[in-house]
Amino acid sequence: MEVKREPLRVQSLNAHQLLRGADLEGANQPAHLEGTELEQYVQERVLTTTLDSTVAWARSNSFFPLAFGLACCAMEQFHTAGPRMDIARFGFEAFRASPRQSDLIILAGRVSIKMAPIIRRLYDQMLEPKWAISMGACCSSMGVFNNYALVPADKFMPIDVHIPGCPPRPESLMHGILKLRKMVQDDPDLGWRERYDAYGTEEVLDVGTSSPEPAPEPADPGAVVSTVPDDQPMRDIDGA
Amino acid sequence: MPDATGLELLAQELREAEGEDAVLETTFFRGRGTLEIEPTHVRAVLERLRAAGYAFLASVHGVDYYPHEPRLGVHYELLDMGRVDRITVKLRVATDAPEVESVTADWPTADHQEREIYDMFGVVFRGHPDLRRILMPEDYEGHPQRRDFPVGGEPVVFTYNERDALGPM
Repeated sequence: MEVKREPLRVQSLNAHQLLRGADLEGANQPAHLEGTELEQYVQERVLTTTLDSTVAWARSNSFFPLAFGLACCAMEQFHTAGPRMDIARFGFEAFRASPRQSDLIILAGRVSIKMAPIIRRLYDQMLEPKWAISMGACCSSMGVFNNYALVPADKFMPIDVHIPGCPPRPESLMHGILKLRKMVQDDPDLGWRERYDAYGTEEVLDVGTSSPEPAPEPADPGAVVSTVPDDQPMRDIDGA
Repeated sequence: MPDATGLELLAQELREAEGEDAVLETTFFRGRGTLEIEPTHVRAVLERLRAAGYAFLASVHGVDYYPHEPRLGVHYELLDMGRVDRITVKLRVATDAPEVESVTADWPTADHQEREIYDMFGVVFRGHPDLRRILMPEDYEGHPQRRDFPVGGEPVVFTYNERDALGPM
């Protein structure tokens, strides 16, 4: 039996017809618009933008913060994710447990001298693009703990937004995150992170350049009872 | 608490056992008995107090008496858990030779507390099994809880002084 294939109607429409609103039925839309009517019709239905701003718009509405707190500010950070403030409204609710999955680090609390290199390492492990928020007085200006034990975050890593307060209320943190969202949408890269040598710091596994591992030797046929034929090496568990 | 008379009796026992100079002073203030002892006798005195019932070393503290000399002090808080009775043993050492014998061998709980006193005040405990800094980074210089240690730590970076703090950009 011969199957008769008809081309989809949408494929047969050209762009001119699509802009004029010709749909599959071809009957619901005004078929022929001309002049100012056509221009108005196009303006109502077509949006032009750049890829950069579209990507920035997507990024700025889906931050993945690092699940990480240093001190009392972390309590307010939890409440920001809670039902009253509910930053899930803006798409920031997915707190990731690994720096490799997150793109926003919120320094919620005081940074001690001993903790600073660890935090810098967490920041370095995050994949590009990444942003940092310094939450509270302690990690911006050391606040009431301005003594031998603490170090301000600006000393060792680039901070995009500082949120004052001791601790800041959840509204403040949300306001700061929204400021960061605005910053990401307007100008994702202000170019000042180079000062901290903070580009290209991701730790990437060196694959491909090293020689592949030699295939495991075939098992001794007498020693091991196996359903795998002996001339086939055992496959790696991830099937590489 | 031992009452004032009991404290004097305890001090007299210690003097008879360890020598007249073992206990320098006794203080009874607001129901709290304190023995101030010579630093060289610390292990023997604590052992005798343990035999007298104070078998639990509740805590070890460091003190800086600046500007009085000898400046550094170490306090041992002992607890008799049977009678719910406490006594404080104090000793003082000078900053130029801040050495005290460690009591970690007798009281294992003193291990980390002596490390903290070494970290914060610079009192060296002779015979401590692992006398390292416990809170500050290992390459830190100075002992930050001494009274003459500068209070302000890192200068805060603002826009007007960022070149001084972070170097040329």
